Amino acid sequence: MSLQRQHLIDPAICIRCNTCEEMCPIDAITHNDLNYVVKFDVCESCLQCIATCPTGAIDSWRDVAKPWSIEEQMTWDDLPDDQQGDVGGEGIDGEVSSMLEKAEAGQAGQALAPFSAAQPSVNLFARGNPVIARVAGNFRITDTDTESDIRHVVLDLGSTSFPVLEGQCIGIISPGVDENGNPHHQRLYSISSPRDGERPNRNNLALTIKRVAETNLKGVGSNFMCDLKKGDEVQVTGPFGQTFLMPNHPEANIIMIATGTGAAPMRAMTMRRQRVHPHAPGKLVLYLGSRTPGDLPYFGPLQKLPRDFIDVNLCFSRLDGQPREYVQDRMQKDGEKLSKLLESDDTFVYICGLKGMEKGVDEAFAGICAAHGLDWPTLAAKMKETGRYHIETY
Amino acid sequence: MSINYSEKIPNNVNLSDDRRLQRALESWQPNYLKWWGALGPNDSSDYDVYLRTAVSVDPRGWAHFDYVKMPDYRWGIFLTPVDGERKINFGRHKGEAAWQEVPGEYRAELRRLIVTQGDTEPASVEQQRALGLTAPSLFDLRNLFQVNVEEGRHLWAMVYLLHGYFGRDGREEAEAMLERHSGDPDKPRILQAFNEETPDWLSFFMFTFFTDRDGKYQLASLAESGFDPLARSCRFMLTEEAHHMFVGESGVARVIKRACEIMTEHKTDDVRAHGGIELELLQKYLNFHFSVSVDLFGHELSTNAANFYTMGLKGRYQETKIDDNHLLTEYVYKVSEVQGDKIIQVDAPALTSINERLRDDYIADCQSGVNRWNKIIKKFGLDFELKIPHRSFHRGIGSFSTFQTTPEGKLITQAEWDTRHSEWLPTDEDRAYIQSLMKRVTEPGKMANWIAPPDRGINNQNPEFEYVRFN
Repeated sequence: MSLQRQHLIDPAICIRCNTCEEMCPIDAITHNDLNYVVKFDVCESCLQCIATCPTGAIDSWRDVAKPWSIEEQMTWDDLPDDQQGDVGGEGIDGEVSSMLEKAEAGQAGQALAPFSAAQPSVNLFARGNPVIARVAGNFRITDTDTESDIRHVVLDLGSTSFPVLEGQCIGIISPGVDENGNPHHQRLYSISSPRDGERPNRNNLALTIKRVAETNLKGVGSNFMCDLKKGDEVQVTGPFGQTFLMPNHPEANIIMIATGTGAAPMRAMTMRRQRVHPHAPGKLVLYLGSRTPGDLPYFGPLQKLPRDFIDVNLCFSRLDGQPREYVQDRMQKDGEKLSKLLESDDTFVYICGLKGMEKGVDEAFAGICAAHGLDWPTLAAKMKETGRYHIETY
Repeated sequence: MSINYSEKIPNNVNLSDDRRLQRALESWQPNYLKWWGALGPNDSSDYDVYLRTAVSVDPRGWAHFDYVKMPDYRWGIFLTPVDGERKINFGRHKGEAAWQEVPGEYRAELRRLIVTQGDTEPASVEQQRALGLTAPSLFDLRNLFQVNVEEGRHLWAMVYLLHGYFGRDGREEAEAMLERHSGDPDKPRILQAFNEETPDWLSFFMFTFFTDRDGKYQLASLAESGFDPLARSCRFMLTEEAHHMFVGESGVARVIKRACEIMTEHKTDDVRAHGGIELELLQKYLNFHFSVSVDLFGHELSTNAANFYTMGLKGRYQETKIDDNHLLTEYVYKVSEVQGDKIIQVDAPALTSINERLRDDYIADCQSGVNRWNKIIKKFGLDFELKIPHRSFHRGIGSFSTFQTTPEGKLITQAEWDTRHSEWLPTDEDRAYIQSLMKRVTEPGKMANWIAPPDRGINNQNPEFEYVRFN
């Protein structure tokens, strides 16, 4: 049985001051004469209640196979222990965690989620108990005349609860076996839709998948995914990822730097911001690189986003008659703007794409800082320590 | 030297856009700091204290913990954001848009409400100024200072209203807040309960549980006010007040826990022999602090309270959640009074019973806190129960003030009271014993013997965290 993380209030410490109930923007906290309790099915883990709690009682979490109902919570004198459950078949976690480790290696050291990120659910479904999702759509989002075949795949999760956050990824198990008769490895894909679904309140999610030429055991997963037809079934594991998550507070400035399918989490975060805080005081800045406009995933929809909502910078490295421009080049040109953002404790940086981009982006930040009187190594360390600098590359 | 107050005073009221107000606060601030230096916590100006500073009203602004020297604490002005749709929810103006400026016809009444509330804030700082010298741990010392700086901020909140909305007489009232002093025979604080020194930490914990809880209920009633700036100020103050409730509730809980530990470890009822505070003595302190705190709600029947309500200035606790017509002209409310040799409940006009209703809400809240204390005793398997005394017990204000009763609410003669009150209230000897325990503990993580360690650290810090550095 898979476990979920349930937000609870420690009744032995809580002083019933009502502050959390007052603070909760969506009425997920209620009380009776005895206890203050959190409604599992309503709470979005926005954590607005945490800092305001005078006792720390609110910062209580338990792993549960079956969430405690508010009626049960209302009778407690003390918190119960974690419930026992299975987080997946043996060895499967190792497989996923080693993939995640590689992806987050650029982070150097333990990554932290933004302070205002929602609490993610992770490892709900593993190879031993995958969710069967049904394909609701599969569209090519790059021009047909380019080499790059990038697909927007929408999966419908039916009646299975599969809570995700922007920045998380899921695993896909390709059917069949490899040449040695072993099941195929899982493949991880970043979710490109926001937490409430590709279409709000449908239980679905979107992925952005690039077809990789199938050679020497490579590309099995991507070709399987890219060839899916509407109505096909796929085995899904996850969700995975606990730190590459977006800040929830509207004051947050989010700098997103991506290449190719690294656009997926950026699309999710942008859609989330647009749905819940379309006029947020925090700025959104996107640097997205590809070879040509035709190669660029979501090129069309990106053009339609209002300029006062997001600052979109598209960089192309193979435009006829133009010098090659990479994301780091455009960032350097925007030094003035970026240095101002970097000075704010409310600025969060997300980098996603091919491994090769890490170095260039780091050098760009270093150059910008040097030119504007900031010390990049110190600043980068501080941003990492405070969950404000996130790298996911492959 | 000109000070940039828009930076110096964190605020969400666009202070820098209002030159007049900025200047007024400019002239008040040095006096405030002088007052803090003279009558704030003793000998503490050089300490680095791990404090929570409110730097904004959104939840994130609350997470700001850092070491601060208290005179450098950034006392700011914070109001919960304007709700453009807010209406007056009770009284004769019910349904009209909430006032953004002082309604001229109620100016004097409003000023009085604000001054009375504001006066209690610096008063409690003055009452508690010597406690730092006998704190039972660094954790407690830090909590005391947190309470003190937040009372200071609450004074700022009220002074902002006086300066911002009441012109010259508001400025004079703001000055007077710093001129009256707790226990000063010539210029005492307005409410009598705020003129007594808080002599020891048990009194401090009881004070924050019972007396600050009165503050919570007064603030909650003012947070319903039709005068929107007052409502928004008090709404935000309530979130800070919760910390004071925590200090009181958890402080007493830890004293109870320590007493229970001693009783079970040593299989004895003689807690004092092992340097603890016995539950019977806690009951006496509880009786005292509860009874002086219920006095703060005023007379059972009050035309002043009725007028404040009808004018739309001060509502009931959680006014908008109450299902009635919010005018109260036709309603009755049960009020206790002495008839013959009995205390009975009679129907009184709901409008003039506003104080009593708030007192009832307060007593119910106290009772649930005491129930939680009793759970600790029960967990140790001990047969003892702390009880809230009857509302008629040891009263100085209201219809019971001319009678004497037992804590159970049985009427007794003055003669019986004179011989028995030492059974129910702390005696000089009791207070001397408590005083004898008051020794400062400064080693991180260590507690005085009479109190158990807290269940959780501030901001999730570990038990050995150095909450105060003495330099």
